[in-house]
Amino acid sequence: MKKTQLYLLAVVVSLVGLGFAGYKWQVLKFPLEPDAEVQVWTIQARAEFMANGGPNRVELQLPARSINDLPDFLVLDERLISRAYGEQMTKSGGGRQVEWSVRRARGKQSLYYVATVVRDEHEWLDGSRPRLADPPVLSEAEQAALDSIFTEVKAESADTATFSRALVRRLILNPESGAAELLMASRAGSRVRAEFIAAALAIRKIPARVIHGLIMTESNTTADVLPLLQVHNEQRWVTIDLRNAEEGIPENFFLWSRSNKPLLSVESDATPSLTFNVQFNLADAMVMAKRRSEVRNRDLINYSLLGLPLDAQSTYRILLMVPIGAFIMLLLRNFVGIKTFGTFMPVLIALAFRETRLIGGILLFVVVVGLGLLVRFYLERLRLLLVPRLTAVLILVVLLMAAVSVVSNRMGIEVGLSVALFPIVIMAMTIERMSISWDERGSAHALKEGFGTLVTACLAYVVMTWDRLEFLFFVYPELLLVLFGLTLLLGRYSGYRLTELVRFRALATDEQK
Amino acid sequence: MIFNPFTVARRLRKIGLIGINQRNADYVLRYNKRQFYPRVDDKLLTKKLAIEHGLPVPELFAVVREEHEIKEVHAKLAEREKFVVKPAHGSGGDGIVVIVGRRGDKYRRSNGVLMTADEFNHHLSNSLSGLFSLGGQADSVLIEYCVEFDPVFDHVSFRGVPDVRIIIFQGYPVMAMIRLPTRMSDGKANLHQGAIGVGIDLPSGRTCKGVWGNELVTEHPDTEHSIIGMDIPHWDQLMMIAATASEMSGLGYVGVDIVLDKVHGPMILELNARPGLAIQIANGNGLQHRLEAVEKLKQLAPTAAERVAFAREHFGTV
Repeated sequence: MKKTQLYLLAVVVSLVGLGFAGYKWQVLKFPLEPDAEVQVWTIQARAEFMANGGPNRVELQLPARSINDLPDFLVLDERLISRAYGEQMTKSGGGRQVEWSVRRARGKQSLYYVATVVRDEHEWLDGSRPRLADPPVLSEAEQAALDSIFTEVKAESADTATFSRALVRRLILNPESGAAELLMASRAGSRVRAEFIAAALAIRKIPARVIHGLIMTESNTTADVLPLLQVHNEQRWVTIDLRNAEEGIPENFFLWSRSNKPLLSVESDATPSLTFNVQFNLADAMVMAKRRSEVRNRDLINYSLLGLPLDAQSTYRILLMVPIGAFIMLLLRNFVGIKTFGTFMPVLIALAFRETRLIGGILLFVVVVGLGLLVRFYLERLRLLLVPRLTAVLILVVLLMAAVSVVSNRMGIEVGLSVALFPIVIMAMTIERMSISWDERGSAHALKEGFGTLVTACLAYVVMTWDRLEFLFFVYPELLLVLFGLTLLLGRYSGYRLTELVRFRALATDEQK
Repeated sequence: MIFNPFTVARRLRKIGLIGINQRNADYVLRYNKRQFYPRVDDKLLTKKLAIEHGLPVPELFAVVREEHEIKEVHAKLAEREKFVVKPAHGSGGDGIVVIVGRRGDKYRRSNGVLMTADEFNHHLSNSLSGLFSLGGQADSVLIEYCVEFDPVFDHVSFRGVPDVRIIIFQGYPVMAMIRLPTRMSDGKANLHQGAIGVGIDLPSGRTCKGVWGNELVTEHPDTEHSIIGMDIPHWDQLMMIAATASEMSGLGYVGVDIVLDKVHGPMILELNARPGLAIQIANGNGLQHRLEAVEKLKQLAPTAAERVAFAREHFGTV
């Protein structure tokens, strides 16, 4: 009964850990690997116009920053570049604008808006209200032509969406009929035509609008504004691509504005020019994930390890690996049955190896512990009491390590130099433990335990310094919960240890006879 | 033959062999309350409790608790020829020194080596500072009567005191062995130091199989005498003492070590809350079936005599 409770707890804890990690991986796009990269676009919008010398006002529509208003992408960063212009961000007409204003300006003016954008799959919750566009002003001939097209289109369509698509096909894709030619002749340009269709649909009481965006590609180009038609079918907005009359938002479409206002309007200049320049880059996934979650939910970063100062972060990178070492320890002790000094001594030794590297660490460890043991046995003969003897051993370990460093430096080996405070204490402890074991249980036992400790430490070191694992646990510390659950599960393992099988195998063969 | 861990595990499972993980999880953790551990870990406390319960123990000559008492202890021992020095929290026979005589002001140890008063003092001081205790905490030292072991074991032990280890589960004796010191074990009756373990058939009190290290033996390696088929004297009394001692300890799963003295008969040496598993090799039997038989009992018998009778009836070594 208690066991089911344990299993339940283990499973729940593991699932919580996995859930958090999964959310960060799938939604916030945290990378799994240290050198992962993500696609980043830098979009530059340049507004150019002539100023007449007097006060001037410029209004540019901007992409939305809240994720609900922007499908498939996320604006991480934006900035405005304008000399001498005052700038003010406003929200109106279902969009966001920047309003530049200046008291006095003459000649050609250039203003810039730069945004950094990443892909981000999420639902587009467009809650804007449907509104009928203003019906177009038509001549009598045009009115008759439009009516005849409406009748044809109506016959071959089932609902609002198919009606609108058929209309787009008839007017823009195959304007062969006389009626279509008449209507389109005076209306050139995809944007004007899109607006005409939206206005024409108002006659049929279908709410429609034109939205503008850019197609993001994996190259650096100037991008053209792509208008799309949206019609409301009384439940939601249906998007229609004017290039092929197909339903849905085209791939890689970055929505710039869905306001009915022109993208750029300038008081002094009726025909300002607006050009878009898109730069494609690959950036460090980690940095981007961090900024992405800053945009989505600041607290997630503030209350995570990524919000810590850098030196604290590097400490945690190491610290988070200690449980992994302890877990390996658990496997080796309870499943394999390797004997070690103390419970977590090998993990500490593995930590000490971080500073000396593996081979150097093993050599240093064996040399210092071996010499330390000799010294300790001599001290034993001098009949020192326990605490003074420990102190004496510690003093000698420090001297020994200093000697090793000096000698290896003279010999041009770097290993001995990378000695920090931490390993010294661990070595002194190991020497004392080993000599006690030597006294109490004999040399064979002590050497066996010493060897077991070293092997466990090496294994723990190899796993603990595995870059990918270190990165994974630093970015997803909640995975430790999974490790916790696993530990709970294994905590009740009461089967044989591997070494026990070897030890008791005589009994098994006995049984066979 | 190739060593296949899975077939070995299956066969061991069949004979009911218990591994360390299972011993800890299913028996030690479940039946031994932490609060009762001091009763077996502190030999001074064990001795006191045993005397209260009327159980035989080696007589206590002196106790050393402080460094300064070391010098005074020589005077206290002036009358004694033979005695044993034991750290109160020592485990597995560590730190035990057996003195069997004197030569001037030197002490003669059981292995024949002479020990100066200075060396003797140093040993006491080491023990006091916790060299032999678990975790190295400060300790005290017992100096007690040295057992004159029963001559029946003369041929099968090498300079030391053989002792009988009986595992008691919820008051029922479940398995027993006698541990014979060898030259390798330096006179100590400890299996991991090289003593021989010989399984004892509970119903008859007769030795059956022997194990030395991990190998099965039929003769003592030093004396070449057969170790099989010996009758343990006072067998019933031994089991009674062990069954009563486990009651006194409050532990459900405990090993009781008993020595046989020429003069005083069986005496309790110490109790162990985590008895080792080698007893299973010595008996060639697993513990699990016997432990399960006790666990299946609807009601535990109230008196030690009934429990011993149950064990003698059911737990024969096969």
